[in-house]
Amino acid sequence: MKSTFFQHGQVISFTLQRLLQNPFASVLNIVVIGIALSLPIGGYVLLKNVQNLAQQLAGTPQISVFLAAGTSPDEITRISKQLKQHSAIDHIEFVPRDLALKQLQISTGLSDVVAGLTQNPLPDAFIIYPAPLTSQQLELLRDDLKSWSKLEHVQLDSAWAHKLEALLKFGRLAVFILAGLLSFALVAITFNTIRLQILTQREEIEVAKLIGATNGFIRRPFLYFGFIQGLFGGAAAWLIIAFSLLILNISLAPLNQLYTSSFSLQHLSVNDSLTLLGFSTYLGWLGAWLSVSQHLGRIEPK
Amino acid sequence: MIKFNQVYKRFPGGYEALKNLSFEIAEGEMVFLTGHSGAGKSTLLNLIAAIERPTTGSVLVKGQNIKSLKSAALPYLRRNLGLIFQDHKLLFDRSAFDNVMLPLQICGFDPRESAKRARAALDKVGLLKREKANPIALSGGEQQRLCIARAIVNRPTILLADEPTGNLDSEYSNEIMSIFHSFHQVGVTLLIATHDNSALQHLSGRALTLKHGELI
Repeated sequence: MKSTFFQHGQVISFTLQRLLQNPFASVLNIVVIGIALSLPIGGYVLLKNVQNLAQQLAGTPQISVFLAAGTSPDEITRISKQLKQHSAIDHIEFVPRDLALKQLQISTGLSDVVAGLTQNPLPDAFIIYPAPLTSQQLELLRDDLKSWSKLEHVQLDSAWAHKLEALLKFGRLAVFILAGLLSFALVAITFNTIRLQILTQREEIEVAKLIGATNGFIRRPFLYFGFIQGLFGGAAAWLIIAFSLLILNISLAPLNQLYTSSFSLQHLSVNDSLTLLGFSTYLGWLGAWLSVSQHLGRIEPK
Repeated sequence: MIKFNQVYKRFPGGYEALKNLSFEIAEGEMVFLTGHSGAGKSTLLNLIAAIERPTTGSVLVKGQNIKSLKSAALPYLRRNLGLIFQDHKLLFDRSAFDNVMLPLQICGFDPRESAKRARAALDKVGLLKREKANPIALSGGEQQRLCIARAIVNRPTILLADEPTGNLDSEYSNEIMSIFHSFHQVGVTLLIATHDNSALQHLSGRALTLKHGELI
């Protein structure tokens, strides 16, 4: 047990030495792995940020209800009462047509146009603030309101959020496909690196087999190499993304000033970061394992 | 310790390297294997180390049949053998000391204990002062002795040497033969392939002579 521990420690330090022996080649390999991983992971980070932003903006969905023209004040009071009693509605706000016209005049700068109107074309409206509901329940509420009389037009303002959600779903699929392809590339990179190492160490492997090395002993340094290269590659990807986010956040600053918002892109969470490292380490190990099982068996001492 | 029973070795292409060999080597015996070059000496040693397998017949090493030995069991058989090669098979990417350490690392020895043993082995062949040298900087005789140090560091029970004095002048070869003699005295079983008949005169030991793959 103690000797196994020694052996593994020796192999790890030996592997690190080997990486340092060819610093240029090692760094290139690690950077290539980092770039390959940073593309899908970076896409994932961006999607996640867009999703967060969308959730912030769509936090309080509203339903706008426009009444039919010529609805009498009595009927408006009746509808207002009914709406207030509805269990799915938190509170409502009545926007009379005259107020709506005034708001239009002020907020859009169309005062000339509005002044030229002979009559107010706008309907009376209610803005409904629903109780906390899922998007499906919101749609049910909207459909319910549509069936009421005198309510001419019912508009659920969170519809755009659904469209965004559908787009995000599409984006996520694209990221998954990219991740799948580039994972394959990562395995291939490690596979080839290890293959070259095995070829250059052919003599050493033969001698080791002659003096009683088990296949496990011979395989071990190569597996560790793949493992460590994958781990470093994952760390490189994390750093590449961190650096990119830093630059993007700096360029977001003027936008934030204009909109008096404080939006900034967030990096991977701790859990996601650890998953990234674990995944890249596993892929490196897998590439090494495939390479070793392909090539080591063919080397027999003569 | 080593037992050959009607062993034939035929290579692909039909060349018959060994024909109908039967002999036995007892524990602690020192045996010389002589014969002209191409007589099959190396092939015979390769059969014992399971580098080659016999075509027919059986080769028993410490009671294990080489022909039916599983490849997973091979390393453990070889750990009982000290192999000394004609071409040394040293690794030039590390020092003499690290070359001798390799068999101990393979067996998973404690590093400090290993270092002691490696130095003892180097001392035995007179190379302790050259432990830091790269094997490429060593003379032919020193390389051969380094190969011996690596073969004995694991304290094998059987030592197989293929032309250990092949390209060396008589002074060196006498030195190496006396090293072998000291192993013989501590009970190691030795099989030494050589075409150097002068060595046979110096040392007492049985001789097996091969001619065109047959014992005479």
